[in-house]
Amino acid sequence: MQQLKGAIAAIARHPSGRIGAAIILIFLILAGLGAAGITPHNPLKQYVVDRLKPPSATYWFGTDLLGRDTFSRLMLGIGESFLIAFASVGIAATAGTLIGLFAAWWGHLWDGILMRIMDVLLAFPAILLALLIVAIQGPGVVTSITAIGIVYTPIFARVVRAPALALKAREFVEAAHTFGSSQRYILTRHLLLNLIAPLTVTITLALAWSLLTESGLSFLGLGSQPPAPSLGVMLAESKSMMTRAPWLMIFPGLTIMLAILGFNLFGDALRDILDPRTQGRES
Amino acid sequence: MNYITQRLLTFPLVLLGVSLLVFFAIRLVPGDAIIAMLGTEAGLLTPAQRDSLAAYFGLDQPIIIQYGRWLAGLFEGNFGISVIYGKPVLEVILSRFPLTLELALLSMFIALAAGIPAGVFAATRADRPADLSVRIFAMLGQSTPSFVVGLLLIYFLSVVFRALPAMGTFTPLFEDPIGNLSQMILPAITLGLSFAAAVTRISRSAMLDVLSDDYVRTARSKGASQRDVVWRHALPNALIPVVTLSGVEFGYLLGGAVIVEQIFALPGLGRLTLDAISQRDYPLVQGSVLFIAFNFLVVNLLVDLAYAALDPRIRLGGK
Repeated sequence: MQQLKGAIAAIARHPSGRIGAAIILIFLILAGLGAAGITPHNPLKQYVVDRLKPPSATYWFGTDLLGRDTFSRLMLGIGESFLIAFASVGIAATAGTLIGLFAAWWGHLWDGILMRIMDVLLAFPAILLALLIVAIQGPGVVTSITAIGIVYTPIFARVVRAPALALKAREFVEAAHTFGSSQRYILTRHLLLNLIAPLTVTITLALAWSLLTESGLSFLGLGSQPPAPSLGVMLAESKSMMTRAPWLMIFPGLTIMLAILGFNLFGDALRDILDPRTQGRES
Repeated sequence: MNYITQRLLTFPLVLLGVSLLVFFAIRLVPGDAIIAMLGTEAGLLTPAQRDSLAAYFGLDQPIIIQYGRWLAGLFEGNFGISVIYGKPVLEVILSRFPLTLELALLSMFIALAAGIPAGVFAATRADRPADLSVRIFAMLGQSTPSFVVGLLLIYFLSVVFRALPAMGTFTPLFEDPIGNLSQMILPAITLGLSFAAAVTRISRSAMLDVLSDDYVRTARSKGASQRDVVWRHALPNALIPVVTLSGVEFGYLLGGAVIVEQIFALPGLGRLTLDAISQRDYPLVQGSVLFIAFNFLVVNLLVDLAYAALDPRIRLGGK
């Protein structure tokens, strides 16, 4: 509890941490309200008389070609993007950490095999690998989660493996061995605890990449399917109407950008706080 | 075993892994290759015609044999025949590659030309307002997806200048350089922006690191001017991480930029692969994905070798 309070205070003191946390928090609230059905208008309802209305007191961010309220649709779109981002990064972080730990722990042949498999995955541009997986599974929320999860697994494996290798050779792990601690105990108590700092930073930044990849997939029409509001789909649809209804492009575009910015800022702040060596260097 | 030999030995291994993954992954895509090829006309085929088509494309063989044949063909430069285009896969890929290569080079040029000076500028004014504004710009650049940048560029161009970027048929560089550049400049800026942001951030932090090194202090105490210290003494060393980053980014850009090509209607490698996947053109998907991964791995290998050549600690594989 004390540590948690300290961490929150440290983030609040850091300028980018403050801004990043505020952005993420606002989006989480909007997404939560959207998921609970509390939106200014029904996001799926078509107000036929109010088609392509510019932003006003009634429709804060305007309406689209079918007369649907952009703001309400954005609230749902944020929720879906966040859901996919958190779930896919959860998968990538878990799988990548396990692979990285085992590669470092077992060493030799296993290390070689596991890390070469990760190299194979890294040799594909992220969006291309995701496209291939979408083609196999068919587009949808679950596919986006699996695809993005697989795409970012190798990054976690690499992030974990190097410090795990270094830690494995340190005295305290060897000491634990001589005390007769079990492998599992050493892995969880000693290695994993020391990996928390690099992992937290990577998770936050991966959330930003995941949002980027997800919106890219749905922009190409290969993410979540209409009529579900999705930020990428909304942007793709706005292209043909951009001079008549620029609000259809500007608000979803700003939303995606701010969401990614929030996680990037937060991740930078975490890195500064957790790794004092890079204080102010990377941001 | 030293670092370079190790890298050279794992290179074909990883490439083999890529070929295995793409070959079997594309066969997991639901649907029948022959139906995908012929569309509704496939329904008109007699079973005998179907079988002979399957035999022509080698689809009647066990999958392992198909893989073996494909792999053996690769060594003779035979990537198979594209189902969509009815031409050799390698020919189709190579016809799209110049555009992708040009786009990657232009974006990298923009990224380095804007990013390095911005990073140096910020580092030499650390924590002052100038530094802060560069950092804010870089952060925004890194957080904006390419399709948002692309759409905004098109929007401003069409509203402010009442002009639309030249789209439709692609003009090759050597036929009409000006027509080509007017077509490529917006996509190149779109791709270059986030790349430039990354270059700015990394050159700023590398520069800050180097500026606090002892040898820079020595140069200063010798009486070297600020300009000399920054550009002649510090920059060359600060560029090492920039080279690594640019190599990786360039490697990815050589794989084509699916989304940007889509927005600007450019026939590059990215869209070729996207179309091939959605139309289940097995030979073309296999060929183009392998080609893309190969380029990526080669660029990374070259970067690593250059890096090793510069840094004896890596070359000798001490750790």
